[in-house]
Amino acid sequence: MLILTCPYCGVKAEETELSPGGEAHLKRIGPKGTAEEFEAYLFARKNIKGVHFERWRHAYGCNKWFLAARDTHTMQVYGTYKAQTAHATDEIVANARQARAEWVPDWPQASEAVVA
Amino acid sequence: MAEALAHIARVTGLGMVSIRADLQRAGDAIAEAAGLAVPGMTRIVTDGSRRALGWMSPDELLLVLPAAERAEALATLTDALAGEHALVVDVSDARAVFDVTGRHADDVIRKLMPVDLDELPPDGLRRSRAAQTAAALWRIPGGFRLIGFRSTADYLRMILENAAFPRSQLAAR
Amino acid sequence: MSHTPPFRLARGGRLINRAFQLAFRFDGRHLRGVQGDTLASALLASGQMLMGRSFKYHRPRGPLASGAEEPNALFGLGQGGRFEPNQRASTTALVAGMVLRSQNCWPSLDADVGAINNWLSPLFPAGFYYKTFIHPRPFWKHVFEPIIRRSAGLGRAPVDPDPDRYEQAYAFAEVVVVGGGIAGLTAARDAADKGGRVIVLEQNPVWGGRTPIDHDGGQAAIDALLADLRGRDNVTLRRNTMATGLYDHGYLLAREALADHDPNQGIPRQRLWRIRAGHVISATGALERPLSFACNDVPGVMLASAVRDFIVDYGVAPGQRIVVVTNNDDAYRTALTAQAAGLEVVAVIDARSQVKGDLPQAVRAAGIPVMTGKAIAKVKGGTHVEGVAICDQAGNGRVTATLDCDVVAMSGGWSPVVHLYSHCGGRLTWDEPEAMFRPDPTRPPLGTDGKSMVTVLGAANGDLRCAGDLERSEGATMPVWVMPQNAAYRLRAKMWLDFQNDVKVSDVELAAREGYASVEHAKRYTTLGMATDQGKVSNINGLAVLSNALNQPLEATGTTTFRPPYTPLTLGTIAAEAKGDTFQPLRKTPIHVWHVRNGASFEPVGHWRRPYSYPRAGEDRHSAVTREILAVRKSVGTLDASTLGKIIVKGPDSGRFLDMMYTNMMSTLPVGKCRYGLMCNENGFLMDDGVVARLSADTWLCHTTTGGADRIHGHMEDWLQCEWWDWQVYTANLTEQYAQIAVAGPKARELLQRLPGTIDLGQEALPFMTWAEGELAGIPARVYRISFSGELSYEIAVPAGRGLALWEQLHDLGRDLDITPYGTEAMHVMRAEKGFIMIGDETDGTVIPQDLGLHWAISKKKPDYIGKRAQARSFMKDGSRWQLVGLESLDGRVLPDGAYAVEPGVNANGQRKTQGRVTSSYHSPTLNRPIAMGLVRHGPARMGQELEFPMPSGEVMKARIVDPVFYDKEGTRLNG
Repeated sequence: MLILTCPYCGVKAEETELSPGGEAHLKRIGPKGTAEEFEAYLFARKNIKGVHFERWRHAYGCNKWFLAARDTHTMQVYGTYKAQTAHATDEIVANARQARAEWVPDWPQASEAVVA
Repeated sequence: MAEALAHIARVTGLGMVSIRADLQRAGDAIAEAAGLAVPGMTRIVTDGSRRALGWMSPDELLLVLPAAERAEALATLTDALAGEHALVVDVSDARAVFDVTGRHADDVIRKLMPVDLDELPPDGLRRSRAAQTAAALWRIPGGFRLIGFRSTADYLRMILENAAFPRSQLAAR
Repeated sequence: MSHTPPFRLARGGRLINRAFQLAFRFDGRHLRGVQGDTLASALLASGQMLMGRSFKYHRPRGPLASGAEEPNALFGLGQGGRFEPNQRASTTALVAGMVLRSQNCWPSLDADVGAINNWLSPLFPAGFYYKTFIHPRPFWKHVFEPIIRRSAGLGRAPVDPDPDRYEQAYAFAEVVVVGGGIAGLTAARDAADKGGRVIVLEQNPVWGGRTPIDHDGGQAAIDALLADLRGRDNVTLRRNTMATGLYDHGYLLAREALADHDPNQGIPRQRLWRIRAGHVISATGALERPLSFACNDVPGVMLASAVRDFIVDYGVAPGQRIVVVTNNDDAYRTALTAQAAGLEVVAVIDARSQVKGDLPQAVRAAGIPVMTGKAIAKVKGGTHVEGVAICDQAGNGRVTATLDCDVVAMSGGWSPVVHLYSHCGGRLTWDEPEAMFRPDPTRPPLGTDGKSMVTVLGAANGDLRCAGDLERSEGATMPVWVMPQNAAYRLRAKMWLDFQNDVKVSDVELAAREGYASVEHAKRYTTLGMATDQGKVSNINGLAVLSNALNQPLEATGTTTFRPPYTPLTLGTIAAEAKGDTFQPLRKTPIHVWHVRNGASFEPVGHWRRPYSYPRAGEDRHSAVTREILAVRKSVGTLDASTLGKIIVKGPDSGRFLDMMYTNMMSTLPVGKCRYGLMCNENGFLMDDGVVARLSADTWLCHTTTGGADRIHGHMEDWLQCEWWDWQVYTANLTEQYAQIAVAGPKARELLQRLPGTIDLGQEALPFMTWAEGELAGIPARVYRISFSGELSYEIAVPAGRGLALWEQLHDLGRDLDITPYGTEAMHVMRAEKGFIMIGDETDGTVIPQDLGLHWAISKKKPDYIGKRAQARSFMKDGSRWQLVGLESLDGRVLPDGAYAVEPGVNANGQRKTQGRVTSSYHSPTLNRPIAMGLVRHGPARMGQELEFPMPSGEVMKARIVDPVFYDKEGTRLNG
């Protein structure tokens, strides 16, 4: 059973105090989206074995949604961060890269940072 | 019958006001209106006996006070936050409050809540769950005050009394 | 040779107190043990070596081990609600008055009819069931399966409720040490030196593990460590506590036995500890392995360690003439211990040809014959060991000598207990010189920080000689997987690997021949390790036999998966307080007590309990519903609507936020008015509905369904926090702050106007779909003019603490109006009479508002709302979706809820094609005829057509498609 530290209240919460919300960093597709874009938004999930970004709500606590970077295979937690964050922090990226050297973030800014 | 591990008492006559606001911007106004300093993250500030102001989330505080004072407190807080994006609501009737006091009050809590009490500071406020229902907890002289929802008051009382079953203390035997 | 007294030795027994005799019953016989006995030692001390029958062949069995790994000596224990099957005799402490029953035998342990299976055993090889009960096909269901089911299962399940008390508790520690032997206690001391909290768990009632038994000075060493640890504030020593499983992020479950099988203590029987460990030290020791020789299951063949445990711990003589058979030095301790206790040690048979260690030398010096390079060809005896036939280990079983004896103490080496380490992903490595799987230090289970969360120490880590200075040097162990090495088939077919499930060397070899090369497959095919002992003694021997049969190294075969619990857990500890009245947190409204007092028949709605109806004397709950509906339609009734979700939404951006949440336009709702709103998810499907009231320029109050309050509040916060976090909106779930009472019926206004108050309830001041606030009967109240019944109706919200007073006052004042409390079923029927949809009836998570004819509640002007894009998908706009209609039963009977309307033809699976289904169906008391709603393909365009609904009986019911509004189509009544 996982423990994740809520970045809003600092509580080290166990899984029963949290409710899960699936993959993080999805971009909402509204009425203007094409059928393909909308299908991907609704259904296409990365389902990764390895570094995974996911949503959690501190449901039995401060009630805030937060994001966690977790390894779905080793269960290592690379970090938790606030939901109002476009991407995982550099520190989290570094943690993940240290554990999984082959992993590269799939958002441009971070890739640049890693490469540089 | 041996003595229960702790005394479980339902507390009535409390007023509670939920305050949602940007605590950075509105903290001073709230503190003045509430008559208590704004608590730090996961802390609760008390004036000794009558009032307490607890940190519930980054944009939410809970003012606990005698029921008789709540109407005035609501008005004062609402006035103090006029012009600010804020929400001040009476939640007194939505809650059930229990005091768990006595020599083994710790044990009662440890049986029900996944909370590391050793890490709970004297002025800590911890929101978690008690068995299957949401509850918040802070220390009072001789034990703990636990607040849950009104609708599950009977459940809360039953699980607390059950956990306080005589001679069931957690100390290693 | 037979089992002869004295069974209890004159001296010794470090765990017993002979001064206290404890009486108990075994299969009806009255026996006595002493304080400190286990069931096994008490039975052995009573001369009872035969303790059970095996599962498949009903072979007679005695105790094999002295600990948690015991496969044979299992009993039904206790009576009535406290009866429990499969209780291990070796680890269950004797309590005065215990009642034991033997298992897997009929009519008695000594004269068991099922033992005929033993004679037929050549007919029951591995995979017997799979091969035999295949043809003819129908026989499986009607003949084979019922018979097999009747004879299957280990032990009997109790029938009565368990009267015992169980509990759980949470604990947190920087280090948790599992195992209170010398390795664990030493590690605990070292961990405690670092200052963090240390919890030490020991499954047995005594500390020390094997050290006090196996080593001179062992007890003193343990006592010194315990004294040190007891003096430390940061150490908790918890005995009788079995670590059952280790899960992600250091979550460790452990079962503490507080008053096991001893209800007179009046305290909880067991406690499940839910421990969060920063780091786990597994010092769980090792288990001795049996040797595979023919008839190694005859009662009296025991693990060498068990023989000396019974002597040292309980002062019990398992027999008078003991033969030790071994492949290692450790078993020589048993020979020395037995001799010192005054028992005759006939010989030590050692498979190794060279034996020169300290212990064998001591045995030789004591005058005990040591036969090297030898093996047991076969054990003689049926219900008890009578002797052994000796052969060369290197040969095929030709007998060179026979020895008379009544106990065989065997040792096939030791296997580290790696369960806890393996539960959460720790990998093992095969240690060839020591012939064992041990933890691979390069592949431990990982914690939240990606670092190892388990350190394995002592025998659990393969360090079998871990007692430091107390150790004597020992020679190497020789792997012996079959004894003798080239044993003939007739011998291999009598060599037991899994004693509980009756799996033999020949069965595993057969599985390998038949292609079950994967260890997981071979396990399931043969049932090796699948009994209640989970293969603690059989696993490694079985894997070795499988590897040999597959001609591959043991490492290539690997192990099966180690899964929690380590030993079986009671369901009581898992449930703890979650049973009876506290099974779930029942939510009760502020008016609940009145409902109880007035005979309400309740129904669960989520965790809430709501009155279904209020049956009076002579009524059942359904006739009460009819009366309630007629009363509301005629005069006035009250419904406790407090469970409805009530969410406040406040802030400058609330209007546009609610426009996104609801399909309707909420931003344009004037202050003082109400609007019925629909909420969809991003898939477009309807998820909740309710009336929204605008309280002020920047504040709205959203009602949700009873079950939806928390979910919808969470849904709102999700979008606010994760998508539109720059919008200025605060929400608060005020569901429980208010009691809400629906007052409905033509006399509703008349009744309410009798209450003193400040609110004008007249049609002009408070028309349909408006609200007002003020005081009613001295209580601050908000009154909503809304209706779910189709009648003139008000919903009154007051602070929860005042709800009961208001309800009672209404009932006092309304007596002359025949005021009637009505429940959820009356509410459901009345809304169906009006054609109002119900979330969960007309919707099932695949229905969009357009399917329900709710286009009027979907804004065409709004550029966006949650679900809008989805509702534009091709399948959603497809004209062939099932849509809401009314259904009129043709023969006057009520259509079954959920019945399907069929159409001609069959689908690809050969099933009848369907074209619709019933979503709500009732007898309408108002109309005195059945009414129903349903979803039907092209429904609204097919008014008047008839549909066929086949019933499970084969009969077909017919219904006509009609308008879903059955009552007061013009809506004149609700306008009062």
